[in-house]
Amino acid sequence: MSAPGSRPVLHQLGGVASGHGHGHGHAEQPYAPVFVGDALAELQALFPKYPTKRACLLPALWIVQERRGWISPEAIDEIGTVLELSPAYIRGVATFYTMYHLHPVGRHFIQVCGTSPCHLCGSDQVLDAIVRETGCGEVGATSADGRFTVVEVECLGACGFATPVLIDDDFHDSVTPEQVPGLLARYS
Amino acid sequence: MGYPHRPHAKETVVLSEYFGDAEARTYDGWVKRGGYQALKKALGMTPDAIIEEIKASGLRGRGGAGFPTGLKWSFMPKGDGKPHYLVCNADESEPGTFKDREIMRWTPHQLIEGCAIGAYSIGAERCYIYIRGEFTEPWRIMNAAVAEAYQNGALGDNVFGSGKRIDIVLHRGAGAYICGEETAMMNSIEGRRGNPRIKPPFPAQAGLFGMPTTINNVETLTATSHILNRGAAWYKGLCLNNPKSTGTKLFSVCGHVMKPGNFEITMGFPMKDLIHDLAGGMRPGRRLKAVIPGGSSVPIMTAAEAEAALCDYEGIIEKGSMLGSAGFIVMDDSADLVYEIYRLAKFYAHESCAQCTQCREGTAWTTKILERILKGEGKPSDLDLLLDLSDQMTGKTICVLSDSCATPIVSGIKKFPEEFEAYLSRAKAPALAAV
Ligand SMILES: Cc1cc2nc3c(=O)[nH]c(=O)nc-3n(C[C@H](O)[C@H](O)[C@H](O)COP(=O)(O)O)c2cc1C
Ligand code: SF4
Ligand code: FES
Repeated sequence: MSAPGSRPVLHQLGGVASGHGHGHGHAEQPYAPVFVGDALAELQALFPKYPTKRACLLPALWIVQERRGWISPEAIDEIGTVLELSPAYIRGVATFYTMYHLHPVGRHFIQVCGTSPCHLCGSDQVLDAIVRETGCGEVGATSADGRFTVVEVECLGACGFATPVLIDDDFHDSVTPEQVPGLLARYS
Repeated sequence: MGYPHRPHAKETVVLSEYFGDAEARTYDGWVKRGGYQALKKALGMTPDAIIEEIKASGLRGRGGAGFPTGLKWSFMPKGDGKPHYLVCNADESEPGTFKDREIMRWTPHQLIEGCAIGAYSIGAERCYIYIRGEFTEPWRIMNAAVAEAYQNGALGDNVFGSGKRIDIVLHRGAGAYICGEETAMMNSIEGRRGNPRIKPPFPAQAGLFGMPTTINNVETLTATSHILNRGAAWYKGLCLNNPKSTGTKLFSVCGHVMKPGNFEITMGFPMKDLIHDLAGGMRPGRRLKAVIPGGSSVPIMTAAEAEAALCDYEGIIEKGSMLGSAGFIVMDDSADLVYEIYRLAKFYAHESCAQCTQCREGTAWTTKILERILKGEGKPSDLDLLLDLSDQMTGKTICVLSDSCATPIVSGIKKFPEEFEAYLSRAKAPALAAV
């Protein structure tokens, strides 16, 4: 089981790790642990569903990202404590999966499919419109106001509904360039 | 029935009957439509009897390889005293394929029922359904449906009073096509990087958590309840061509067609009708150029091959490709094949897990060479180089992702050489800007 008491110690270690470019100006603010209360209960509720704690790693990373928007080195240390895994192992796994943000992203994260089936149906124009309207300037960038990050992704499994656009957890089907301004207006 | 389309008269609607019918999503709505009868029936049968029924139906895996499902289930050891696992593959990431998404969005209980039948048949008390991370809507719907199934005794430690335990755990992926490969999926569920494993051992011997495991696609498991309800003979009778391909199947059709969607047809249905009638055919003034019928990992078909083919495992092989996951990528005469092949190579390069040299290097280099050709910087020897690289990438790696990258390239060069020549001879303006 987890040892909540050990968390502050690891938190300090996390603080050291955050020196590698993850700081983002919040260095003075104390880190608030994710895995307390509901989030810890949510993770612990998964333990009986898997024969190993290691198997709860992907769910644990999701719990962090849902609550914090990204997965900080401090959060990785916390997961390590609860699941008894080393931070290096967790980073090794987390970096394999494209959906985990190991750096902060904009308030709204936009994924636009660009694989051949959608490309055939004009996904490039949708992506261009989104990059333009969000002010991100280029694919992969975050807008200056921190509102949006836009990335091009591979097949979203919705090729009959080109162009699919995933904004945070909202799946938008059959998006056209004309619809882009109205769509973005829904995300402040 | 291809939501949002109405059923077409030529479809044989079984799995997709309730697509678009929101009430079918609820437990009560599903029961009202005949749901969970098959599971109750299954619990009254022996696992062996169910496996025989599935074998007799001729059902084959819908995830791409077309392996006979009953036979796969029979590989699971008996009386070994170990926990067994069923894994349902809902990673659906093969470009062109979007059928499992609709099964989960509209008929989550249809899948839960199929998973419960499968788990019981292979002696598993637990089934993990691995849903790709981007499927946020199916994820929500499946979560709600699983909770409802527990409340109503369709899952849990005493399923419908049978004394049998069947649990379903939903596991969310996080963006990696390779996790659709069965052994990569097992690693991913175990909390590891999604690297495919070397076989043997095969999953039925040592799979998830080292235990005997069966892995099946969403559509495969979904079909089982209908087979138990209506009988193996009925399912086997759904066959228009080769007796080795039976039942109905969802065909996802996308790209340059008027009505993209999922169409449920009897195995052996003419491809010409699927493309030109059910999927609405080409846009006005356009004509069919090419089809990739099995998701992106199979050989490209010319229009002539496609229009002569019958839609089943054997029929498509006969015309130079493979059924795969039945995701049809349709291209009309406006498509730039070289560009689309390049974009697919880029997909595979992005998705390679990079543990095999041939795959890691091959996917990256073929992408670079195709890019060079599209920039108008191709060399006359580039086609031979691509073919040579593709050869090095085929049949030499831990999984077939590497082969999958090579397949569209080789078939594209062989069947549409003029498209490549146009760039190489500089007759065609570059599609990509040189940097
Ligand atoms: C690179 C790669 C990706 C795959 N992706 C999927 C997938 O997204 N969904 C799926 O059902 N099968 C996928 N497969 C096939 C699975 O490995 C496996 O054969 C299948 O899930 C077995 O189920 P079935 O017998 O019911 O078809 C993939 C295979 C490979 C090599
Ligand atoms: S073929 Fe490619 S994706 Fe498959 S195991 Fe090897 S490197 Fe990984
Ligand atoms: S190619 Fe865009 S969703 Fe499949």
